[in-house]
Amino acid sequence: MTAEQALVNSTETASAQPANGLTDTDAASSARQAPRVGVFICHCGINIAKTVDVERVTAEIAKEPNVVFATNYTYVCSTPGQEMIVETIKSHRLDRLVVASCSPKMHETTFRRAAAKGGLNPFLCEMANIREQCSWVHEDREQATQKAIEIIHTILEKVKGDEALEVSQVSITRRALVIGAGIAGIQTALDIANGGHEVLLLDRYPCIGGNMARLGETFPTLDCASCIFTPKVVEAAQAENITLLTYSEIEEVTGSVGNFEVTIRRKARSVDESKCTGCGLCIEKCPTKVLSEFDRGMTTRKAIYIPFAQAVPNVATIDKESCRYYKTGKCKVCQKFCQADAIVFDQEDEMITEKVGAIIAATGYELLSKDVYGEYGYGQYPDVIDGLQLERMLSAAGPTTGEIRRPSDGEVPKEVVFIQCVGSRDDSKGISYCSKICCMYTAKHARLFKHRVHDGQAYVFYMDIRAGGKRYEEFVKQAITEDDAVYLRGRVSKVYPRGKKLIVRGADTLSGTQIEIAADMVVLACAIVPSPGVEDLARKLRIGYDENKFFAEAHVKLRPVETNTAGVFLAGACQAPKDIPDTVAQAGCAAAKVLSLFAHDHLTSEPVVAWVDEEVCSGCGLCIKACSYDARKMDQRKRVAIVEEVLCQGCGACISACPNSSCELKNFRSDQIVAMVDAVT
Amino acid sequence: MKYVLDQEKIRPDLVRTIERLSGEDVRQCYQCGKCSAGCPIAADMDLPPNQVMRMLQLGLTDEALDSRTIWLCASCETCTTRCPREVDLAAVMDALRHEALRQGRKSPIRQIPFFNRTFLRLIKKYGRVFEMELIGRFNVGTLHFFKDVTKAPRLFFRGRLKLWPSFKGRKTARPAFQAVKNAQRHEPAEPPAADESAGNPTP
Amino acid sequence: MKYAYYPGCSLHATAVDYDESTQAVAKALGVELIEVPDWSCCGSTPAHCTDELLAAALPAQNLLAAKAVADQVVVCCSACFSRFKFAQKHIEEKDDLRAQLSETMPIDEIEGMQVRHLIDVLVRDVGLEKIEQAKQCDPQLKVVCYYGCLLTRPPKVTEWDDPEDPQMMDDLLRAAGMETIDWPFKTECCGATFALTRTDIVLRLTAEILQMAREVGADCISVACPLCHANLDMRQDDIRKKFGVECDIPIFYFTQLLGLALGLEKRDLGIGRALVNCDELLTAKGLA
Repeated sequence: MTAEQALVNSTETASAQPANGLTDTDAASSARQAPRVGVFICHCGINIAKTVDVERVTAEIAKEPNVVFATNYTYVCSTPGQEMIVETIKSHRLDRLVVASCSPKMHETTFRRAAAKGGLNPFLCEMANIREQCSWVHEDREQATQKAIEIIHTILEKVKGDEALEVSQVSITRRALVIGAGIAGIQTALDIANGGHEVLLLDRYPCIGGNMARLGETFPTLDCASCIFTPKVVEAAQAENITLLTYSEIEEVTGSVGNFEVTIRRKARSVDESKCTGCGLCIEKCPTKVLSEFDRGMTTRKAIYIPFAQAVPNVATIDKESCRYYKTGKCKVCQKFCQADAIVFDQEDEMITEKVGAIIAATGYELLSKDVYGEYGYGQYPDVIDGLQLERMLSAAGPTTGEIRRPSDGEVPKEVVFIQCVGSRDDSKGISYCSKICCMYTAKHARLFKHRVHDGQAYVFYMDIRAGGKRYEEFVKQAITEDDAVYLRGRVSKVYPRGKKLIVRGADTLSGTQIEIAADMVVLACAIVPSPGVEDLARKLRIGYDENKFFAEAHVKLRPVETNTAGVFLAGACQAPKDIPDTVAQAGCAAAKVLSLFAHDHLTSEPVVAWVDEEVCSGCGLCIKACSYDARKMDQRKRVAIVEEVLCQGCGACISACPNSSCELKNFRSDQIVAMVDAVT
Repeated sequence: MKYVLDQEKIRPDLVRTIERLSGEDVRQCYQCGKCSAGCPIAADMDLPPNQVMRMLQLGLTDEALDSRTIWLCASCETCTTRCPREVDLAAVMDALRHEALRQGRKSPIRQIPFFNRTFLRLIKKYGRVFEMELIGRFNVGTLHFFKDVTKAPRLFFRGRLKLWPSFKGRKTARPAFQAVKNAQRHEPAEPPAADESAGNPTP
Repeated sequence: MKYAYYPGCSLHATAVDYDESTQAVAKALGVELIEVPDWSCCGSTPAHCTDELLAAALPAQNLLAAKAVADQVVVCCSACFSRFKFAQKHIEEKDDLRAQLSETMPIDEIEGMQVRHLIDVLVRDVGLEKIEQAKQCDPQLKVVCYYGCLLTRPPKVTEWDDPEDPQMMDDLLRAAGMETIDWPFKTECCGATFALTRTDIVLRLTAEILQMAREVGADCISVACPLCHANLDMRQDDIRKKFGVECDIPIFYFTQLLGLALGLEKRDLGIGRALVNCDELLTAKGLA
């Protein structure tokens, strides 16, 4: 059916004038002309028409007062469908529009645009959802048809009460904040900076680099992590429009997309960043040793420290928890030796406030805590290590300068057992998901072990090998065929020490046997879990997280880097475990989203916001507490609660909190809602 | 070895019975083998524990019910404790033993159900275990007349072997055995959910 | 502190030394144990291998009998402890089971009854501090604590501290002045129930446990279960014959070691009833 035919087939309603329901008095009291509503009922192919008798719906709706035009059409969203809307608005002098089709999430923008094209205020166009809420969820054609009619009835009541609203324009702060400076954050920052915008790159650690800075070599090419990552780190540090904020944490975020205001705590390093030359003399002289977090406890660092030799910025930091001066009031050895006079013991945390238009969370991952795998002696036996500890050994700049040595006695291990899925896919440890990267990095570890220890033997206990990715499967094959790794299909039940060996009790379900290996070292591919503190950050950013505390994307397939808070984006493993190639791709994607946001001169703000009747408002302030977006404030002079329209998200929380009905949500007013309810009761 | 599968065979009523008895869903098992890896007895079993689960997943109930594994399981609970899918494998083993006994299947390791039977008979008779008689009856029943006989005098002279049984617990144990008897009397009245599947003669 | 005391069959027979030492230690520490009147067997492994109902009914009957004495029942045998805890759990969770039991016993009356292992009572109720104060000497013994299976597993049933590396028995003996060695076989299986039926399995498993205990330098093994004790103590000759390995090591109930620290008489603790001779060890440590 073409649009023209549709027009021919459509049912002209009997009365274009106010009739049946509307008396003259009503019309007079409404102080405006009777609405002229046009209704377009969509078949959505067979999606709606199969269960809903669209012809009958059209005929029924056409009988409604104020409906001056009703029709149905196969795809109202199609170009001819939209043209039909535009034409009909003009030909029938429509001043209200209802499209009965799918969810407004799907096509509200489409139809409001068509309404505008026809000369109508787009907020006078409403959608009645007769697909997701009707045809898709019902089978009985008769009942579904009846329900569709009732749904349209309610929307008719709403549209009649709608007012023309105007969108307002807001300027954009073209400046981004990236939280977390691992590979995800650095890549995002670089891409945005290269697009010509200023970036704040923040990390709570004293230096940037994240987990990737710890790695030795990377799959599937076995290129050295430092070789590919250091240039990026240096670029980020040197870029004119990137500002590094290390040893810093987010305190508070207010505002909304385009105009966030972020309070950042710059933690006191007890070292003047501008003076410290990174000479390292203070570190050499410091008497206090603690385990190095960067080397995952395999080496020690001093209480004043630079996490690793190539750290950016190359500035010392005093760890107050272990510093002798902070604990006992005596020492100050570092200060005595510092030639740059950079040590400032009474330095305090500094709060800074920055305005940014977009925020990218790139907070990365952590490994499963050590206390949940007692059966493997994780955290108990020194030669049972995790993947990142092995990475430190494999790193040329690491504690063993690239050699693989047992932490217990420094000997070169000959028999090494790798265990996959330690925590991952393990409901009993509270983690149901697959950590995605372990199959590949374990294959890499097995290969690199053989490359370092030629007379060594690697064993890999696995459940499934998940090597989906470019050149990944081939890489695993090489581990087996070229580097002689023995893959055993099964989990390990227990690891225990016997003399100098670690006895690994596993199974190979393919042969149906128990396997026991006397290993020199055991490497656990521990589950990837979100960095600590993400719940708190999510609350500050007003974004969600899933049951595993990974940040929630707006749509798992179609909006993977967006969040449900406009202007806040995600990059890297904070959203779900991912490897470097995926992380870099997602970081680029997040940057592209920010750049497209910054490409606009202005943002239009949604006009469906709260509104206050200042004469009724008692200034009780309950709405201010109810608002999650800081959009409700007290006008101290007038003693009434006002709405910051730019911040208001139209959620309606303040409206339900208001004890004397002085606030309303525009175009969702109580009288509209009551009329909608009345229409079906 | 070859099994022909179809949708009828995969989840027979008997598997559902085992699931009901054990309170476990065999489909939860993802065959990681951690149970078999840690089982202290697996080396002596014909099917490693994960394969018993596999048989149930495939509806191959005979393989599970006639296995040596279900009788060799020591109920040490290692598998149950470490199972990443939180399957109570020890409970599944119990359910399989109960079902095998109910169907009157012959255990491939006869001395184990024989010992259990003898033990319970003595409890019924005395209320408490009388070790002399238990060992004696077991040795006679299994034709190992002199098994561990050298230990008996050593235990006796250390005051650890009693020559007479105690009847003190009989009164306490009686209602327990009565409950079992009642349940057996009721059994035919219950829906015979477990009966049709395997086609094995019931005792 | 008053508790109902369920000794179980073994403690009145082959594990009479466990009973003696339990009573002696309890008395010394002011724990009042009142034997459950006319207690019967808990059904042990043969019951749960044969019939779920029987496996629940026997402990339930004993809980009913214990209720006349106290709300808390102290059980020393790990196997009995396990059967009681399992029975409680099954009766609580399975409606049909409860219904069947209610025909012959007032099953609802066992609600609220607490089944406690003696170790748990000593650590949590008596307290390590009191034990430290009560000890008369520091026995210079290097002990490995062997918890076996049923005291710790499955943790959802036994509610023990840690199924892989339990500490409660270690804490207790350390408080009593002994050195406990951390070792990886605290919760390995000894083959328990197969003592008669598959002695070969028991020999294989106990051999590993005994050897490991010697390897880590222990003077003796402390146990909390008569079946563990029987397997570890009575099979050392057989293991030597079968595998040709040296595995001599005295086996004690934890109550016996505790009793030594509390200065109790060896005779009152049943020391000397085990097959493996411990005189040499105790003499060397000045405990004879």
